[in-house]
Amino acid sequence: MTDLWRLTAHEAHEKLRAREISAVELTESILARVERVEPRVHAYITLTPELALEQAKDADARFAAGTATPLTGIPVGVKDLIVTKGVRTTAASKILENFVPPYDSHVYAQLRRAGAVMVGKANMDEFAMGSSTEHSAFGPSHNPWDTRLVPGGSSGGSAAAVAAGECLVALGSDTGGSIRQPASLCGNVGFDPTYGRVSRYGIIAFGSSLDQVGPIGRDVEDVTTMLDCISGHDPRDSTSNPEPVADLRHYLGRDVRGLRVGVPKEYFIEGMEPGVTARIEESLALLEGLGCIVDRDLSLPSTEHALAVYYIIAPSEASANLARYDGVKYGFSDHSGGSMWADMEATRAHGFGAEVKRRIMLGTYALSAGYYDAYYLKAQKVRTLINREFEAAFQKYDVIVTPTSPTVAFPIGAKVDDPFAMYLNDVYTLPASVAGLPALSVPCGLSAGLPVGLQIIGNFFDEPRIVQVAHAFERACGFANRVAEL
Amino acid sequence: MSLTAEEVLHIAHLARIALTGADVERFTPQLSGILAHFATLAAVDTEGVEPTAHPLPLSNVMRADFVAPSLTQAEVLANAPVREDGFFRVRAVLE
Repeated sequence: MTDLWRLTAHEAHEKLRAREISAVELTESILARVERVEPRVHAYITLTPELALEQAKDADARFAAGTATPLTGIPVGVKDLIVTKGVRTTAASKILENFVPPYDSHVYAQLRRAGAVMVGKANMDEFAMGSSTEHSAFGPSHNPWDTRLVPGGSSGGSAAAVAAGECLVALGSDTGGSIRQPASLCGNVGFDPTYGRVSRYGIIAFGSSLDQVGPIGRDVEDVTTMLDCISGHDPRDSTSNPEPVADLRHYLGRDVRGLRVGVPKEYFIEGMEPGVTARIEESLALLEGLGCIVDRDLSLPSTEHALAVYYIIAPSEASANLARYDGVKYGFSDHSGGSMWADMEATRAHGFGAEVKRRIMLGTYALSAGYYDAYYLKAQKVRTLINREFEAAFQKYDVIVTPTSPTVAFPIGAKVDDPFAMYLNDVYTLPASVAGLPALSVPCGLSAGLPVGLQIIGNFFDEPRIVQVAHAFERACGFANRVAEL
Repeated sequence: MSLTAEEVLHIAHLARIALTGADVERFTPQLSGILAHFATLAAVDTEGVEPTAHPLPLSNVMRADFVAPSLTQAEVLANAPVREDGFFRVRAVLE
């Protein structure tokens, strides 16, 4: 078998379990694929082939010993803001270019415990601030469907790696759409779980009331398996939630007849690409065909304010979180200033990229004396209104369905100099993030040859319902495990 | 909401980021433009609405206070740009 990189993780697991293939063979197939396509995709900041082969050997030993899990021997990509002991972790920033963490994040420790194989650290927008992966200090990633286009962001490297066959499944992180939007643009499934479902211990912080880790994969089953592996309470993250964790795999292959699907009017806006509108309309018809009760009368009037709320709250939190990069304890340090404060200002001037500086300044402004009430406090109050509307909607509906992104993948360079145009990419993903709700993007077809994503939003901790609907939809739609040929 | 170059320099100073003249020219209209889009929030009626700091109501999360292994001094200092005798070395804070 030469094309093992084309397998989904669950297909690979079946072959590993039946001893048709070894984990070393699977990893070698991925590494050969990486060698062939990575120069055109640039999905990774750091590749870890020696570590991968070592982990693959351990995985084969676990299959021999009968202690394998569904992720044992599965090659994964890990977004480069997920701290990995002994493996450079940069958050795609020059300021962390040489940072080698002395400890493991909770999620990577879970992957290691499960016996997964790490291919490398995936590219991203610097500190997860962006929607195209162009704001990486290491250069942009390219969309495997058409390398002139962006893969989305900020987890663009993770999504591109999955779509290009450079790993089978990957971890990303989502603050305002950073898993769902790149998954949509690369034809993958991306799952942003409920805030607090997955521990943020060892995740380089951006917006602490919004950040959440989640999987990107080639089908619903793979992201379900991955989310099962990383979910659960972790006392090292005080916002990690003690709610019991459901076995999500249990909700695969279930009937969706009678489930109530709300479709909010406010998500069908001017500027949405006609091809996207068409695929979403077909998707709604497909869900009706599966027996769902699709209701288009849902109105979430505060939706229009989610963008402003998010782009005040996230930068405010970022301005506090990124204050730690002072050139003293770790990371890049510029000693040319001549005094302590001047060194710190030089370190941050030369260590951060333009988008990170913009967001730190926006947040600093929104929190500063005289503006706090008008910006930060106001945004937090409107956040409450957004939450209330979702709360009321989930009294009536099991899930809410919307497009993931108003457009398909756009050309590299098209929006990079217009920050606000870039922010608009997240217009459909921001509301669920602001509310802390779980949401998944599943491919629903192509527009002009490029993937379109359908977003399924669930109530707090109702990941099971999302899996149920997404899996039924995926089967009916027939779009799963599409690897870009390149 | 339009920012002046002086305001942008003041914000950058609060955020401890040195800006060049070219940075100020670039960031001033960009930040002003973004803030202008936020002005719509002012019109939203939030009378009597409590602010949300976190999506889920967890409060006063405590853990047991026990002694556990932590990182060694060498591990903690391994990434330090300048270290000396087991310390992080910084410039004088008070000149």
